[in-house]
Amino acid sequence: MIALPRTNSTVGRVFEHRFLQYRRTFRASIFSSFLSPALFLTAMGVGLGSYVSSSAVSSLGGVSYLAFLAPGLLAATAMQSASFEATFPIMGGLVWNKIFHAMYATPISPRDIALGNLAWIAARLTFIAAVFTLIIVLFGAAASPLVVLAIPAAVLTGLAFAAPIAAFAATQRTPDRFSNIFRFGITPLFLFSGTFFPLTSLPAFLQPLAWLTPLYHGVALTRGLSLGTIVNDPAFALVHLVALLAFIAAGTWALLVTMERRLVRG
Amino acid sequence: MPEHPSEPLIHARELTKRFGTFTAVDSIDFDVARGESFGFLGPNGAGKTSTMRMIGSVSPISAGTLRVMGMDPATEGSRIRARVGVVPQQDTLDNELTVRENLVIYGRYFGLARAEIGRRADELLEFAQLTERAGDQVEPLSGGMKRRLTIARSLINEPELLLLDEPTTGLDPQARHLLWDRLYRLKQRGVTLVLTTHYMDEAEQLCDRLVVMDKARIVAEGSPRELIERYSTREVAELRFGPDVAEGLDGRLEGIAQRVEHLPDRVLLYADDGEAAASAVHQRGLKPETVLVRRSSLEDVFLRLTGRSLIE
Repeated sequence: MIALPRTNSTVGRVFEHRFLQYRRTFRASIFSSFLSPALFLTAMGVGLGSYVSSSAVSSLGGVSYLAFLAPGLLAATAMQSASFEATFPIMGGLVWNKIFHAMYATPISPRDIALGNLAWIAARLTFIAAVFTLIIVLFGAAASPLVVLAIPAAVLTGLAFAAPIAAFAATQRTPDRFSNIFRFGITPLFLFSGTFFPLTSLPAFLQPLAWLTPLYHGVALTRGLSLGTIVNDPAFALVHLVALLAFIAAGTWALLVTMERRLVRG
Repeated sequence: MPEHPSEPLIHARELTKRFGTFTAVDSIDFDVARGESFGFLGPNGAGKTSTMRMIGSVSPISAGTLRVMGMDPATEGSRIRARVGVVPQQDTLDNELTVRENLVIYGRYFGLARAEIGRRADELLEFAQLTERAGDQVEPLSGGMKRRLTIARSLINEPELLLLDEPTTGLDPQARHLLWDRLYRLKQRGVTLVLTTHYMDEAEQLCDRLVVMDKARIVAEGSPRELIERYSTREVAELRFGPDVAEGLDGRLEGIAQRVEHLPDRVLLYADDGEAAASAVHQRGLKPETVLVRRSSLEDVFLRLTGRSLIE
């Protein structure tokens, strides 16, 4: 058993609830947090990477395919975990077991419920990203000690998805539309946001589109930090960071609105 | 803001709730005194739940005045909710947690210290007769047990006011009686109970005073006994006729009772002496298949006030 964090803020009490729920399943989830990145890096990075020719390596910035891929997968994993945490648990608390309604009958406000859940998702992402980063280092795929900062960069990437998706989830009465988010949003982004190959391999007209997606900015940051190339162009890194923060801010604002509207309507 | 001791615990004037063009609660007035047990009686859709949600400070009022413990829900909702216990119509328990964890985390929502919550949780498990199920998951519990857990949970903050929305709907008679017994104990401890129900017997058992709601308005107010005296007779004779006889009854029962109600399946004779009314029916040569003489209930009050049965 892990001790519960002590807090007296109303947001913290919502966090505490998610933590209490998580204690029941954390063993299984910790196992997969380690296993899944190790399997991915072995298969895609080491296995598939051995077929990537040395001529291609130059367009990857002169690093091995494994070193190129690993930080991209880190950001993409954060996106996927965050998107899952922002859909079913949010709608479930409003529709299935209605525990958010139960919370709202106490001094907890809709705002606390929204922020407490985002805080919980941030904590989950921190753990997932830290484990993933540790595996990257163990695979020898990190070129710079700055890779440590890839952890917060991945967390921000995840939140840039979690906040707007949670805002949407709070408006839903069934999970029917969630599969569309994954099918038409998360999966294409996973494949085409620079995770597996540089964006310059895409047709020119598609490249500006990538700028509109949080994953592209997230991958640029985690890769720049893991490879250490970020120091060559800090201004560009700042743009990516601001883009992620903008997604988080807009999504959080939307979540505050939809959560309040939903709980007040009953 | 300390309220005046003589001030009503809940004070509502011209209280109104609208959803778009639909008016769920239409300008109702009521006061609930401290320690009282007060009921909203009415059919589904009468506006009871909307009223309860406004009192519980989770749904803003559309017009009128509402004060709960002297505070305005619009500006002090969180402080009101800190002192109120809520038993919603549908259980909102966390099925992923155990019985005891449900109580503990709910105490945390109120910011109570862990040691204090532990003490109260043990007491409440005892009160709800769930001590033996403390470590079990919530999901497999019976409907009555879940309801008792919801009530126990609503008491974790030692509320001065307990709001119960249809507390026993869907429970079997035995489970209902057990629940009533628990609620009666709370009432004796001085907790103010406000409940909604569409069960007459529940209102008669639990409420010192009640309002009858119909179509978003309050149509009558009083103690169960006052309402029966005012709107009904002491007794009722319920007659059932065969289908062919029932057709030709028009006018043949006039004058036998103070009031005659023709329902689809039976005829009700309202009279202070039900037996006398029933024998008068026989004297007129009518042969009902069954005769039941009973005391008037709130069901009769509702029928009189609205022309409809309460459970349709």
